[in-house]
Amino acid sequence: MPNEIVFLLCAALTLGGAVAAMTMRNLVHCALCAACAFAGLAAFYLQLGAQFVGFAQLLIYVGAIAILIVFTIMLTRGGDIQPGVSGASHNWWVGLSVAALVLACLVRSIMSSPNLLRLPPANVAAPARKIGEALMNRYVMPLQTIGLLLTAALLGAVVIGLREPRHPDTNAR
Amino acid sequence: MSWLDQIFVFLGDKIAGWFPASVQPLVSAVLAIACIMAVFGTCFALTTLAERKLLGRMQNRFGPNRVGPCGLFQPLADGVKMLTKEDIVPFSADKTLHFLAPLVLTTPIWLAFAVLPFGRHMTAVNLDAGILFFFAIGSTSELAVFMAGWSSQNKYSVLGAMRAIAQMISYEVPLVMTAVPVLMLAGSLSLNDVVAAQGTHAFGWLARWNVFTPWGLAGFVLFLIAVTAESNRSPFDLPEGESEIIAGFLIEYSGFKYALFFLGEYLGLFAGAGLAVTLFLGGWQAPVKGLDWVPSWLWFGGKFAVLIFLFIWVRATLPRLRLDQLLNFAWRFMVPLALINLLVAAAWYWSGAWQFAGAALVRWVLCAALFAVPCHWLGRALRGPLPPPRKYSYAE
Repeated sequence: MPNEIVFLLCAALTLGGAVAAMTMRNLVHCALCAACAFAGLAAFYLQLGAQFVGFAQLLIYVGAIAILIVFTIMLTRGGDIQPGVSGASHNWWVGLSVAALVLACLVRSIMSSPNLLRLPPANVAAPARKIGEALMNRYVMPLQTIGLLLTAALLGAVVIGLREPRHPDTNAR
Repeated sequence: MSWLDQIFVFLGDKIAGWFPASVQPLVSAVLAIACIMAVFGTCFALTTLAERKLLGRMQNRFGPNRVGPCGLFQPLADGVKMLTKEDIVPFSADKTLHFLAPLVLTTPIWLAFAVLPFGRHMTAVNLDAGILFFFAIGSTSELAVFMAGWSSQNKYSVLGAMRAIAQMISYEVPLVMTAVPVLMLAGSLSLNDVVAAQGTHAFGWLARWNVFTPWGLAGFVLFLIAVTAESNRSPFDLPEGESEIIAGFLIEYSGFKYALFFLGEYLGLFAGAGLAVTLFLGGWQAPVKGLDWVPSWLWFGGKFAVLIFLFIWVRATLPRLRLDQLLNFAWRFMVPLALINLLVAAAWYWSGAWQFAGAALVRWVLCAALFAVPCHWLGRALRGPLPPPRKYSYAE
């Protein structure tokens, strides 16, 4: 019973946060509600016994991605509310139908998955040591590939962020 | 003397034993929470006093000495003042966020103490991924700072919040990366295992604390610098600046909300110092073999107090940095050094198998050089070319 209560609380936090992030007028409020939804997801992982994933979710999504969103809002002054502008775009039905289509695809593929018939394993706890060993042995190739990709992205960001060399004529202050 | 070592564990079990078995886990959890909040709350009060006293001494003045004997009741007076002050909320402020920000800042920091091992068998929650929990919880404080700065609807406070967040993000990277070699060599993310890994003795008497190794010493110093910056303390107290952005994200806060921010800052410092003790100074263990009879929690407390004293000393000694210096220092000095420190730790690990005479000394010197040379060059590059010597035309 306590498990169900915790589950319902997490679900309320996640869904409430997500809905509020979509419907609120103020961009900053939206970003903070999205952070709430991220934290709710982390709580789900923790409830499932996946400590490593749960804390990583908290660290990356709440600690880094939410901050990134917030920083972007602050730097672009997009947080100001514009009066008279509707929150929904005028072709909202396109988005709704695309969302319904995606949901239908997901539900169909999940319902036809053979994993649904399998019983869950008895011991679901995944200590960090096991995850590390798996990453370093079986999944070392994907890990390295992701590392390379992220390094490339980092270098790209540095290149974009580099100050352009000044033209010699305009060098004088 | 083992009864003194385990006295808190024993008392906790005793008190929990008075209750029926079904609520015993709850009772011991509440006891642990109450103890942590009482100890570190008192610690906060005493540190504010000690800081003002010591700063006074170091600057050749007395410090607070009016309330109670030697000014000992000063924190009480401050607390009463903070509680009775008017709580001002700006008219145009975002009331909800303005109210929530100090709570969002302070609550997670309290949680961080749950995974610190304060003594033998004295960890409130022994998590498998304890240190990850610590950093994950700590990373939410940036969001709180943003909430405080933005909800005040004040240009200075928004600027101050951006400064503070930029600083906290920049220093979080080296903070986490200096902890990585410790975890790699301990082979675990649990802080209890980290302490246990430092439990053996070299030469039969000297404890194998991480700080006695080249990478540990370097990591310890980098970690302390990062903790100082994370908790916005001098010489990294850029988020506040009377002549530029006034009190930064704290401008529109008064009364007890301001006190909560103050509390959060100090608690962050305490948690960082506690983690530094755990990661590098052997946690609750004695430095040499013969001193094992001193209770483990006393060792933890002693090391903790020395670190706090060090932070106060640094605050009284060093002038503050400029913002560009602060960020350059993080990204062009601390982050590369933390990466190099990983390599040094790997070299230390692989050279552990050396068997020839004097291997320990050679290994130490080699690994230290592997760190010191890049440190020197990075420092030179950061400083840039020295300005030409000054010429005084009229002062001769």
